[in-house]
Amino acid sequence: MFLINCPYCGERDQQEFKAGGEAHIERPKQPTELSDDEWAEYLFMRKNIKGVQFERWNHTHGCRKWFNMVRDTSNDEIKAIYKMGEKPPTR
Amino acid sequence: MTKNLRVKSSEYIDETNRISFKFNGKTYHGFKGDTLASALLANNVHLVGRSFKYHRPRGIMTSGSEEPNAIVQINPGTNRTEPNVRATEVEIYEGLEASSQNCWPSVEFDIGGINNFLSPFFPAGFYYKTFMWPASFWKKYEFFIRHSAGLGKSPTSRDPDIYDHRNIHCDVLVVGAGISGILAAKNAAKNNFKTLLVDEKNELGGSTIYENSEFNKINNKVPSEWLNKEIEELKDIKNLEIKTRTSVAAYHQYNYLLARENLTDHLEAKDKTNKIRQRLLKIRAKKVILATGALERPLIFNNNDRPGIMLSSAVKKYSEFYGVVCGSRNVFFTNNDSAYESALSLYNKGINVEAIIDIREHSGSKIVKKVKETGIKIYWSHSVVDTAGYKRLNSVSIMKLSNDGTSVTGGKISISCDCLGVAGGWTPAVHLYTQSGSKLKFDEEKKVFIPNQNTSEQISVGSCGGDFKIDEIIKNLNHKLKDTLNIEETDLDNIKVEIDQENSKRNIWLLPSDKPLGKTKPFVDYQNDATANDIKLALREGFRSIEHVKRYTTTGMGTDQGKLGNMHALGIIADTAGVKMGELGTTTFRPPYTPLTFGTIVGRNVGKFFDIFRRTPMNDWHVGNKAEFENVGQWKRAWYYPVNGETMHQAVQRESKAARESAGILDASTLGKIDIQGSDASEFLNRVYTNAWSKLAIGKCRYGLMLNEDGMVYDDGVTTRLGENHYLMTTTTGGAANVLSKLEDYLQTEWPELDVYLTSVTDHYATVSLCGPNSKKILKKIIPDLDLSDGNFPHMSFKEANIGNIQCRIMRISFTGEHSYEINVHAGYGKDLWEKCIEAGKEFNITPYGTETMHLLRAEKGFIIVGQDTDGTMTPIDLQMNWIVSKKKYDFIGKRSLYRSDTMKEDRKQLVGLLTDDPSIVLEEGAQIVSDLNQSPIEMLGHVTSSYFSPNLNKSIALAVVRGGKDMMGKKLFVPMENKNINVTVANPIFYDEKNERLNA
Repeated sequence: MFLINCPYCGERDQQEFKAGGEAHIERPKQPTELSDDEWAEYLFMRKNIKGVQFERWNHTHGCRKWFNMVRDTSNDEIKAIYKMGEKPPTR
Repeated sequence: MTKNLRVKSSEYIDETNRISFKFNGKTYHGFKGDTLASALLANNVHLVGRSFKYHRPRGIMTSGSEEPNAIVQINPGTNRTEPNVRATEVEIYEGLEASSQNCWPSVEFDIGGINNFLSPFFPAGFYYKTFMWPASFWKKYEFFIRHSAGLGKSPTSRDPDIYDHRNIHCDVLVVGAGISGILAAKNAAKNNFKTLLVDEKNELGGSTIYENSEFNKINNKVPSEWLNKEIEELKDIKNLEIKTRTSVAAYHQYNYLLARENLTDHLEAKDKTNKIRQRLLKIRAKKVILATGALERPLIFNNNDRPGIMLSSAVKKYSEFYGVVCGSRNVFFTNNDSAYESALSLYNKGINVEAIIDIREHSGSKIVKKVKETGIKIYWSHSVVDTAGYKRLNSVSIMKLSNDGTSVTGGKISISCDCLGVAGGWTPAVHLYTQSGSKLKFDEEKKVFIPNQNTSEQISVGSCGGDFKIDEIIKNLNHKLKDTLNIEETDLDNIKVEIDQENSKRNIWLLPSDKPLGKTKPFVDYQNDATANDIKLALREGFRSIEHVKRYTTTGMGTDQGKLGNMHALGIIADTAGVKMGELGTTTFRPPYTPLTFGTIVGRNVGKFFDIFRRTPMNDWHVGNKAEFENVGQWKRAWYYPVNGETMHQAVQRESKAARESAGILDASTLGKIDIQGSDASEFLNRVYTNAWSKLAIGKCRYGLMLNEDGMVYDDGVTTRLGENHYLMTTTTGGAANVLSKLEDYLQTEWPELDVYLTSVTDHYATVSLCGPNSKKILKKIIPDLDLSDGNFPHMSFKEANIGNIQCRIMRISFTGEHSYEINVHAGYGKDLWEKCIEAGKEFNITPYGTETMHLLRAEKGFIIVGQDTDGTMTPIDLQMNWIVSKKKYDFIGKRSLYRSDTMKEDRKQLVGLLTDDPSIVLEEGAQIVSDLNQSPIEMLGHVTSSYFSPNLNKSIALAVVRGGKDMMGKKLFVPMENKNINVTVANPIFYDEKNERLNA
């Protein structure tokens, strides 16, 4: 059970949060310009890394804000947490 | 005839408080402070159970939670009965009853004992190998296998006890209140850390509390005496909370631990009522100090499982702590010095110790010299090769051990005895440590796995950290404490320890016998009857991974999780396969450390608290009018209102007819309602719905369809424009929370530039839906001032009005196809409004209807229900709702996906109407649809999604999804059922009032 440091509320138990998949996948601004393959890349293709992964999380039972998390999936170490729109930390 | 084997008064046993209890129907006596195990031993009862597979007689082996054999059924036949309880952990109380498990008719005479003689036929993997064929016989095998599976019996009636959960936050959690845990907790608390100290036993002090040996001194005192004083001082320390009878079950990441606090299990039945039995503590600690101690290892030799064969440390604890001797002729079998402590403990109380058998060649420690002086015979370099006695040990046979320890030589000596204390060294209790994700390493010298890489802020101190001697323990504890608590000095700086212990140990995982291995029974896992032979067989059959060997032989898979024998299993595998223990690793230690009751896990979340439910403000009226309810998401919704003993079908037919002929009333409060405000609200709706919203006039309503980005229908509902920058969106009942989350997600992450605010107002409003040709007249009676003419208040529009002092929002919208209104008021007025409508509607025979009738009425109109007629694979095109997909809008959620090659295929499943050729037959929802009955295999074209008998059309109607269905109008298809084929025809899904004339009726 993680202890997650919500950037708006502080440290809270994992059960207040919901994971929202891979981070930094921007919705294309002009979807109609994309080929089926390009659209499919956005829509379906997700990494599933063993190691350092960038993820979206939502404080559903708290402030309901979305934020980003850098997590090592091999040992569940949370390496960084930052707000939506902020630059991801470099490794 | 039982004899009392109590040898001395112990300060932990209250001999003035005599307690009677029953074991296997017979009454015995013990004292306050006894465990079931110590009380039975005091009554000279060793035989307490039968093993799982061979039904071998088994006795009490240990004095703690690691007990593999003495597991009993507590209070059998009552609603408080509990199976598989370790007798070593049960504190006795007046009226306690317990019985042996896994034996019939009795533990003394067990028919299943025949398995022991058939044991050559039950090797590892017996079940896998034997019950494979013929496959058709499995049902017959299963009956017998199920019959012999399991140990105790589950309770069959409701648990009368109360359970609880509690969250605890602390700076320092100390697990285990032995000498290390006590010193750690004391120093943490004294340095202003909010500290919690937990121990599974009812007394603090661990094994040091009965360490009365004259050879070890702490500050010139006997260890037990010194520790007692330390414990006394704990009382006055602030910041320190102590919980006894509290067993940590799980250690998760980020220092989140679960512990079970036992509150009433040691009390008499009359004192248990109305109290919390067990509490699950959910502990989040900044730092964790593990002081879980070490478990003594047995030795693995032929027939090492007979009642009377115990751990040497247990023999000592029963004698020193409980004042009970386990035998009158005692023998010890050891590979290190600790058995000598147990022997001396007995000797000092005048108990006969026949001999000590030591596989080492010698030991020069003071304690060994002292034992020599007592005249107790010591057999150096000897090993036990066999034992005798079926229900109680009566002798051991020993032989000289060869120099390399792999064989025995010379003559066999038989020693008569009734108790054998075995000492195979100590295994650090690292279970919790590894559960936390931290990693172990193998210490070649001590032959133990010890903590190595920590993943969270934690330390392992005392013997669970690999320190077994008191001087080592104090020294290492001191520097670990300073380091982890970041403090300069501790109480431990001034502790002087004198000890005389040697670490010398001769480690042989599997001791040889004079018989070949195949003819012996050296048990590694006592509870599951896994022997060294089974492990070797598994290796011969090609198993290499320790995890595979474990599952194949069931070693370590009992309720004790192999706390005693796992290390030997690893050792035997390493020796046999010729690999290093460190490379082999361990099997995974999983929570819980000791079994938890289901009650503890669920806590108070039982019965109506199992899952939360929501009721509408009108709920009392529905209950008072005998409505039947159905669960919709978390809501309890009125399903139908039977009168005069109607069936559901009869009630729904009546309600449906009434709604179309005169007036119906529905509680629609559960629909999701989201208040949307902001200068970009219209643009936002344009992006989330498939249709256009910019031109919707204030005061008008519009139906919207929401897709996922993959183009599939996600939700639908009517949204009303309340003002220039203000909308009220309705969603499906079940989808409300998810829709809000999804919209918030887009606003926060994709379109943060939009000025839009979302607020869930589902619970703020109660909604009454009035429908039918007389609904207008009824509303007129309630709000005479409101102009209800089609000109002023047309279909798909909105008005604000007052009913007396109550403000209400009225939408003229319809889910039934009839002229109807949805009236929204503050939730607190919901019931009042409902009753007003009923009263006003009496002259029109206003009929309350539930969700079932609502579903029927909308199906007559071909309106979809998201989640019933769609399943996450339906696009609006598949639903034949092309009219709602804007061609003009550049983008909306899911738009691009509607032009993918897959979503554009002609032969996707599409929504159609179905009519049965025999109008009285109602199709089953979910039934498959085919076109050719002679095909093999038959091709499934789709399935029925909604099906009803329509009282208004007097025929059966259905909605279905059918591959290529939109081009099949009029086509004959079949619905094959178990014993008949139903002929159906594809039809327009709008069965009733296709021209929507009734909306303005």
